[in-house]
Formats: sequence, C-alpha cells, structure tokens
Amino acid sequence: MAKILKKCHLSPAVTELTVEAPLIAHKCKPGQFVMVLADENSERIPLTIGDSDAKAGTITMVIQAVGNTTKHICHDFEVGDEIAHILGPLGQPSEMKKFGTVVMVCGGIGTAPVYPIAKAYHEMGNKVISILGGRTKELIMWKDKMAAISDELIITTDDGSEGIKGFVTDPLRKMMEEGNKPDYVVAIGPIVMMMNVAKTTKPFGVKTTASLSCIMVDGTGMCGGCRVMVGKETKFTCCDGPEFDAHLVDWDNLRKRSKMYVDQESVEYGCGGHCKCVEE
Amino acid sequence: MRGGMRNPMPEQPADVRNKNFEEVTLGYSPETAVDEAQRCLHCKVPQCVKGCPVNIDIPDFVHAVAEKDFAGAFTILKKKTSLPAVCGRVCPQENQCEKHCILGIKGEPVAIGRLERFVADTARANGQDRSEHVDITPKGIKVAVVGGGPSCLTAAGDLAKMGYDVTLFEALHKAGGVLMYGIPEFRLPKTIVQHEIEGLKDLGVKIMTDVIIGRTFTLHELLGEEGFKAIYVGTGAGLPHFLRIPGENLDGVYSANEFLTRVNLMGAWDFPHRATPVCHGKDVAVVGAGNVAMDSARTAKRLGAEHVYVVYRRSEAEMPARKEEIQHAKEEGVELHMLNNPQEIISNDKGWVTGIKCIRTKLGEPDASGRRSPVEIPGSEHVFNVDMVVIAIGQGPNPLLRHTTPDLVTNKKGLITIDDHEETSIPGVFAGGDIVTGAATVISAMGAGKAAAIEIDKYLSSK
Ligand SMILES: Cc1cc2nc3c(=O)[nH]c(=O)nc-3n(C[C@H](O)[C@H](O)[C@H](O)COP(=O)(O)OP(=O)(O)OC[C@H]3O[C@@H](n4cnc5c(N)ncnc54)[C@H](O)[C@@H]3O)c2cc1C
Ligand SMILES: Cc1cc2nc3c(=O)[nH]c(=O)nc-3n(C[C@H](O)[C@H](O)[C@H](O)COP(=O)(O)OP(=O)(O)OC[C@H]3O[C@@H](n4cnc5c(N)ncnc54)[C@H](O)[C@@H]3O)c2cc1C
Ligand code: SF4
Ligand code: SF4
Ligand code: FES
Repeated sequence: MAKILKKCHLSPAVTELTVEAPLIAHKCKPGQFVMVLADENSERIPLTIGDSDAKAGTITMVIQAVGNTTKHICHDFEVGDEIAHILGPLGQPSEMKKFGTVVMVCGGIGTAPVYPIAKAYHEMGNKVISILGGRTKELIMWKDKMAAISDELIITTDDGSEGIKGFVTDPLRKMMEEGNKPDYVVAIGPIVMMMNVAKTTKPFGVKTTASLSCIMVDGTGMCGGCRVMVGKETKFTCCDGPEFDAHLVDWDNLRKRSKMYVDQESVEYGCGGHCKCVEE
Repeated sequence: MRGGMRNPMPEQPADVRNKNFEEVTLGYSPETAVDEAQRCLHCKVPQCVKGCPVNIDIPDFVHAVAEKDFAGAFTILKKKTSLPAVCGRVCPQENQCEKHCILGIKGEPVAIGRLERFVADTARANGQDRSEHVDITPKGIKVAVVGGGPSCLTAAGDLAKMGYDVTLFEALHKAGGVLMYGIPEFRLPKTIVQHEIEGLKDLGVKIMTDVIIGRTFTLHELLGEEGFKAIYVGTGAGLPHFLRIPGENLDGVYSANEFLTRVNLMGAWDFPHRATPVCHGKDVAVVGAGNVAMDSARTAKRLGAEHVYVVYRRSEAEMPARKEEIQHAKEEGVELHMLNNPQEIISNDKGWVTGIKCIRTKLGEPDASGRRSPVEIPGSEHVFNVDMVVIAIGQGPNPLLRHTTPDLVTNKKGLITIDDHEETSIPGVFAGGDIVTGAATVISAMGAGKAAAIEIDKYLSSK
C-alpha cells in the first residue's frame, strides 16, 4: 500500500503523483523504475521514479494517461487514496561518471525519468545540455526544474508555440554539425523519438543511451515479455535495462511489440489505440 | 484384501471443462475415499514411503481414512507436509509414492495422492486445518525467508512453529510462487493456495509482498541493519528459456511464464473485467512437453483456440509431463505433434506470428540425460499455421540475487551452491528448492524448505 501524498496535473494528460514508499525512496538510484498495481484488478505497469526524497520516504512519478491503466491512475486516484502495490526499485541504475558534455534529450514526459539522471550528472561536474521537446507548449514539463540543473536548456515544439519549431533531433544535429560533439547523449521519450535520436547521433559516433519502454508483466525477470533485441542478443528490459546502447537496439521490433495489445484493448475500451500517442 | 483397480477420479466432462477455468478433477466422496483406502495393505515395510520426498507416513494416514477417521488422517499428514491439498493435486505421484506401491506390481497402486487431497479438502471444509492450536514459545530471533513459493512457505511455517520471528519477502504482489502464477486454476484453485498462506499468518509469519531482495534490500542488509539472524533463500527457477531461433520476439510469441502469469496471476481470462490482456490464439503451437507445456496448451484451449499443437522433438514416451496431465490434455482436444523440432517462427508484414517451421526428427542413441536424442530428418521441413506460439522448454534460475550478491556462490548454471547443512557460501544464509536443484517439483522444494528449517534451527541454537 502506498498512500498518495500529492497530486497535480502537469497538462491535461499528464499527472504528477507523490506517494509514500519509504523502502524504495531509501534505495532508488537515477534510471530505476517501479512496477505499479493500482488496485487488485489492475494491470501491473512500469513507471519511472521521477524524483525521490529518502528523508520524507516518498517517490514521485509522472504519468501520461495513454490507456486504460494510466487513465485509471490519473483520473480515479486522489490525495489520501492508496495505490495497492508498488515494487522497486527495479532495473539497472544509469551509468554514473564524468563524461564531459552530456546532452539529455527528453520527449514529452520523458523529462521525468531524465531529471534524476541529469541532476546527478550535473552534480558530478558534467556539462549538461538538456533538450526538451513536445508537440506543443503545454506538453513541455518540468522546465524550471530542468533549467536549475542544466548548463543549457533548449526547447523544441512541433508547432513552434515555444522555443525552436521542430523536433528534438534538430538542435542535436545542428550542434554536432557545428563541431560541438557531446561526449554522451541520453534519450528518453516515445520510441520513435529515441529511434530518431539514435539515427542522428550514429553518423557522428556519439555514445547514445536510450531508456526503453516496453510492455512488462512482473518486472523481475520472470516472464520475458519485456525482451528486446540489442545487437544480436535478446535482453530483458526489466533487469538488463531499461537503458541500452541506442545504436544497437532493434527499434522496429520494439515498436511492434509495444503495440501487441492495441487492437484488443481498443475494442474493449474504445481508446482507438491508433491515436497520436502510439504513432508519435 | 482387494487388489485390482483403483477408484476413478470424478471429473468434469472433457468437452465442458475445456471451456472453463474451474477445477478439472472433483475429488473423491467420503465413500469412495474409504473404499480406496481399504485397498491399502498397510505394509510392514511400506515401499510407498520411500518414494515420497518428505516421507509421509502413508500406511498410517491411509489406514485412518479406511477407518473413517479423517481428522486423524489429517494430523498424520500435517506432521510431514504443510501443503497436503496442494501436493495431493500436483505431485507427480506416478514417479513418487505410487510408483513404489506394492499393489502396482499386479494391478493399480493405491491412489495415495487422491486420498491426500481428500483428507486435506475435508479438513479445510470443516475448519480443522486452522483450528488446531499450535503451542509456540517465541524465541525473539528474526529469520528472513526470501521468496514465496512452496519451499519458502514450508520453511517459514516450520521456523514459526519453532518459535522464530519469521518475515517472508515476495517480489510479486501475491505469495505462492509457481503455485500462484504458473500452475493454472483448473489444476490448483488459487483459493486453496491463499488459504494455506493465511494459515501461515496465523502462526505469526509476516508476509511482505512487493519486496525484491537484491534491490529493495540486499541479503547483507537483511543480516546487518535489518537484524535478521539467518536467511532462507528459495527464489525458484523463474527465468524462462527461449529456443534462440529466428522470429522468437515476434508479436504473438510468449514464454510459458508470461502466458500463464497473465492468465493465472493477473486473471487475463477474465479480461476486460480484469485489466490485463492476453492473446487468444485461434491456432496455437506450444513448444515443449513438460507440465508447463501441458498447462499452456490446456490454457490456450480454454481461451478458445480451435487447434492447439504441442510440438516436441522427442516422442511421447520421453515427455516429462505427468501422465495424468498428458491424458487430460488429449481428452480436451490438445493435439500432440511429436518428433518435430522448431526451426523458425514466421510472421506477416505487421510482425505477427503466422506459422512455425519445424523439421521432423527420429530418435537416435541415448544422450547424456539417458533419453534417446532426436535426429533431424533432412528435407522434412514443414509449417504449422498458427497465430500464437508459447515457448515452454524450461526455466533457469533468475540471476538477480546472484548479480546483487557477488559473494553468493553459484554453479555454472547459476544455481546456488549449498553444503550438507543447506548453507550457502554466506554464513547464516541457507537455500533450497528450484534455485538449488533447478526446475523440479513442489514436493521436493517443500522437502528442501523443511530440511533447511531444521538446519537453521541448529545453526541459531549453537550460537
Ligand atoms: C521502464 C519503463 C518506464 C516507464 N516510465 C513511465 C513513466 O514514468 N510515465 C509514464 O507515463 N509511462 C511510463 N512508461 C510507460 C507506461 O508503462 C505505459 O504507458 C503503460 O504501461 C500503459 O498502460 P495503459 O494500460 O495505460 O495503456 P495501454 O492501454 O496498455 O496502452 C496504451 C498505449 O500505450 C502503448 N503502451 C503500452 N504499454 C506501453 C509501455 N510499457 N511503454 C510504452 N507504450 C506502451 C500501447 O501500445 C498503447 O498504444 C514506462 C515504461 C517502461 C518500460
Ligand atoms: C507451469 C508450471 C507447472 C508445474 N506443475 C507442477 C506439477 O504439476 N507438479 C509439481 O510437483 N511441480 C510442478 N511444477 C514445478 C514446481 O511448481 C516448482 O518446482 C516449485 O514451485 C518450486 O518451488 P520454489 O519454492 O523453489 O520456487 P517458486 O515456486 O518458483 O517460488 C519462488 C518465488 O520467489 C520469488 N522471488 C524470486 N526472486 C525473488 C527475490 N529476489 N526477492 C523476493 N522474491 C523473489 C518469486 O517471485 C516466486 O514467487 C510446475 C512449474 C510450472 C512453472
Ligand atoms: S506428498 Fe506427494 S509424494 Fe508424498 S505421499 Fe503425498 S502425493 Fe505422494
Ligand atoms: S505400498 Fe501401497 S499397499 Fe503398501 S502401505 Fe504403501 S500404499 Fe499401502
Ligand atoms: S517484465 Fe517480465 S521479465 Fe521483464
């Protein structure tokens, strides 16, 4: 049981939840996630630990309502309610070292998982350049939080309502073309975005890591449902990842697998599945 | 004295049960149980007991049933097993107790498992199993049990009865291990498993679900600041093996663990009332031939598959599944396609499975396992047209604990190494069950939990 202590909407479809989870708060490191079972009839879903406070015994998650379970959590739970089960921290923590210049590329709510990693890199003395992207101005989250830990903050929107009009890959490419090759790039966001970041950095030979979001059941290495192809090897995202070398990931397979239940769920819930959230 | 045939087990008709998730076998009536028990010769040197990994006093409990003393029979069972309702249902009796029964030489052995189930179900129905008062003198010493499967449930129960302050940590949201997530409802109703777990709580065992050791706490933290004086590790063999053939990551391909977990633990058969989805294949191939494969095949059938093909590279004689499960699967319409080795899984352009390509095999010389090894027949490739594939070729140990505890010694296969006292390379840390032996049986895991509880008591008493 994890009591909800704070809830706020970052945008109509994005909710920030802070819950009581002292054991996890005490242990988690940047890059790790939790498995959440909202109530006994829910699905177990993975959510990144966006922020944590070991003293207060809390963790913060940022949740985008894309389907049945995430909508249930965002809409039906209020401060004081309890989330039935939270397991964690799971996954390999991010590689922590002084790289030099790191570019943190965040698509949409990818900012939540990026934040603790970027913060740690900043504290270790890396030069942190953050690129936050979204379809439109309202979808850019945690701008101030990110600004506080970044040496440079770049914003892109598809419609030009804020920052540069275009995709996150545009300033990244420009930077590299101008000869400012970063030492390390981290990409977290929709699968297509991460795939495109990988494509952008590959010709420049810049080490790039992506945090993969795939469908998970247990999150403990027991089911193999989260398997992805990295290089020529099958890896389990929940225990070998979630971060992998973005240049080696089989993105096409990951995309297909993450849509495995779209038809079934869209018939039942009328979400359509074929909406922007999937194709993005 | 009566020889001959055993009493048949009443069961749901095959063409009814293959459409529901209710228990297949219905259990003996008291009259049948007494009649069956009366077949037992109450041998002076009972061979059957040798076949039982926990040495249940079979002649005595069966004798009590014959005398209609069902309560007495239950008391005898409980001396050696904490989960008789489970073992009576899922033990591979034909390879264990019943294999050695003297009556089996000329006729059929006593139906020991069915009697065990009858006695346990009777005790559960009339409340005997929870009313028996156990005198516990608390020792005030904390012991941790890591994992929630049968081996840990047994160790936790025994340690609690000895007076230890036991906390059981389970990674999933429900304790029970494979009994909850793997073995299907139609073979082992989940209410029975949860009932047994409630019984442990009565003994004072604290059950902490949603805690993964290695991440939420490490073993050393449990021994250190968390104040546990000893640990029993029974984390099971939960890592699914894959075939390593092309197409294995296509949409519609499951490991048996994933398929069964979705259906059993998450209740996906009841979608959308329960939120977890699962694919309902129209034509399904299940690769493998053990209990796990049979469970997957029968589950797929119940989800509405028209054809379920069990694909196995050896012949039916080599199938490791329990005989009863194979028989049940066949009756339910599962089709066995022996002597077929999968080579590739084929898809359409959307990445969904459309078939599994196999090559036919014949049996050659016995291999290291003593079974005749399959030899491929060149040019015999053919395709089963299916829209779903379940890989059920075995499980290995989950590497998480090993990776987060470098000083925990494991063997080449990643199984935890223990000494004659069930102790691992870390003093005070004991282990047993599938994480030590590799995938085995419920009762052997329970036997290991029992043995470890005794060794932990010795270890702590000598301190
Ligand atoms: C390690 C990890 C960390 C994650 N962290 C976060 C987070 O911090 N915040 C957040 O909002 N989401 C996060 N996700 C994604 C989140 O788990 C999914 O959005 C969620 O499982 C969807 O469940 P649903 O029932 O609401 O949607 P569904 O109805 O199951 O699906 C809705 C749509 O989302 C797609 N989808 C389903 N599961 C996933 C998935 N796991 N990842 C991506 N797309 C999926 C489906 O194809 C479908 O189109 C994370 C995923 C992983 C693997
Ligand atoms: C589908 C299927 C059908 C089977 N049918 C039969 C049968 O008919 N008869 C029979 O005798 N045997 C059968 N078996 C085998 C039998 O179930 C196992 O041998 C037995 O369950 C092993 O028990 P265990 O306690 O060692 O481990 P498990 O039952 O595997 O339990 C281990 C538990 O530990 C938890 N865990 C793992 N790592 C951690 C961690 N780091 N921290 C906390 N918790 C952790 C897991 O989540 C799991 O719940 C079957 C197995 C399967 C998969
Ligand atoms: S526990 Fe299993 S092996 Fe032992 S007597 Fe019972 S059914 Fe037979
Ligand atoms: S061997 Fe068979 S007949 Fe003899 S005691 Fe055991 S169950 Fe009874
Ligand atoms: S989610 Fe089941 S193995 Fe990763």
